[in-house]
Amino acid sequence: MRTICSSILFALALTGSVAIAQDRVIPDPAPAHPELRPVLIEDFGGMPGLLLLMDDFMQIMLEDPQLRPFFEHAEQDRIKRQLAEQICVILGGDCIYSGRDMVESHRDHIITRADFNALVEALQVAMNNKGIPFRAQNKLLEKLAPMYREVETPREMRPVD
Amino acid sequence: MINRLLLLVCLLYTCALQAQDSAAPAQSRSGKLLLTGGVSQIEGAAGGGLTPWAVIAGYGTEDQIGANAFYTRVNVDDYHLDAYGVAVGFYDRFELSLARQRFDTEQVGAALGLGRGFALEQQIIGMKLRLLGDAVLDQDRWWPQLSLGVQHKRNDQGDLLRAIGADSDSGTDYYLAASKLYLAQSLLLNATLRWTKANQTGLLGFGGDRGSSRSLEAEFSAAYLLSRRLAIGAEYRTKPNNLGIADENHWWDLFVAYAPSKNLSVTLAWVDLGNIVIADDQRGYYLSVQAAF
Repeated sequence: MRTICSSILFALALTGSVAIAQDRVIPDPAPAHPELRPVLIEDFGGMPGLLLLMDDFMQIMLEDPQLRPFFEHAEQDRIKRQLAEQICVILGGDCIYSGRDMVESHRDHIITRADFNALVEALQVAMNNKGIPFRAQNKLLEKLAPMYREVETPREMRPVD
Repeated sequence: MINRLLLLVCLLYTCALQAQDSAAPAQSRSGKLLLTGGVSQIEGAAGGGLTPWAVIAGYGTEDQIGANAFYTRVNVDDYHLDAYGVAVGFYDRFELSLARQRFDTEQVGAALGLGRGFALEQQIIGMKLRLLGDAVLDQDRWWPQLSLGVQHKRNDQGDLLRAIGADSDSGTDYYLAASKLYLAQSLLLNATLRWTKANQTGLLGFGGDRGSSRSLEAEFSAAYLLSRRLAIGAEYRTKPNNLGIADENHWWDLFVAYAPSKNLSVTLAWVDLGNIVIADDQRGYYLSVQAAF
């Protein structure tokens, strides 16, 4: 019985350490999807279109009481440019993403799922304002959605009230 | 009974909200994306109109509590059904729901000697636990959001149910629901396996002369998202056939769901409920309004 228990504990410890090891592998923040290039060119208007979209997006976030604290004292111009670069690369454009990975770039904030989703909504509103078709919006969101794992602050690192 | 339960749900909700408020004074607004908590299905769980989904009711995320209330009217050729209830979602993990259904037999009641407008009523207590996955955000993973649910139903008309051949006036359904949003296709797919002996969801009792044990039934729904606020889709729900005197058919519907805000959604559907007791081809409309808090 004791052997069984200790082997179970050992197995658990092993899976635990594997999980921690996996957490350290931070995904590419801007994985290129060449098949989405037509979406970038036709629906988002290429890099110039993305830069205009980010102006609108940032404005919407600054007007949102939930999102404003994350951006009001930040380098907004750099963030807008790097977001445009990141989306450009993801949508198969000939751009270079000059920003950090998604863990590093969000390290200074406590970010919850509700915050993440609020940002997605702000992006949806901005894309609607620019007349980007809903189906094209979703093709981009499909690639951005899994980044919640790096963007959100792990529960154990959030302050305890 | 239903009042006491309602009170309990409200109390739980209030306590949880207070705990939440004291824990985070600057509470952010409800965090799920529009329509991703589903609407209220006729038995009170978060889902489509006829079938429960793996999503947890309300707009609450991992550290929030969400709740909603619904009212649904189904009007088919010879009957109508009213359903209403509440659901509370805790931390996007656990859902507690309470619903009441009233099935009005209109002229069929008179034909059967029960009286015109005779009504069968039942109440349903539901629980749902999200086991794994995130239907919306896990776009890079193949597995869906998976939830395990239970619906305990108690019908008010025990004597009548036994007279028509049902074994019992109460029963419990167990289900496993899988939901996944395919964002690139703007498509939400859902499959549910239900282990049940409920006749017409329990409105005609549980088990019967043709079968007294549970059977495995399949329920499917697909929703195509037209915008953040608007979805159209179809549902199909297989049902047991336990009563000798009343053949039971599978159900299906075509729906459109609209959410003008996070506080309100309206679902309109065309439903085909097949044969119900002595009336064939019961088709008509389904209208549901849901308010979220």
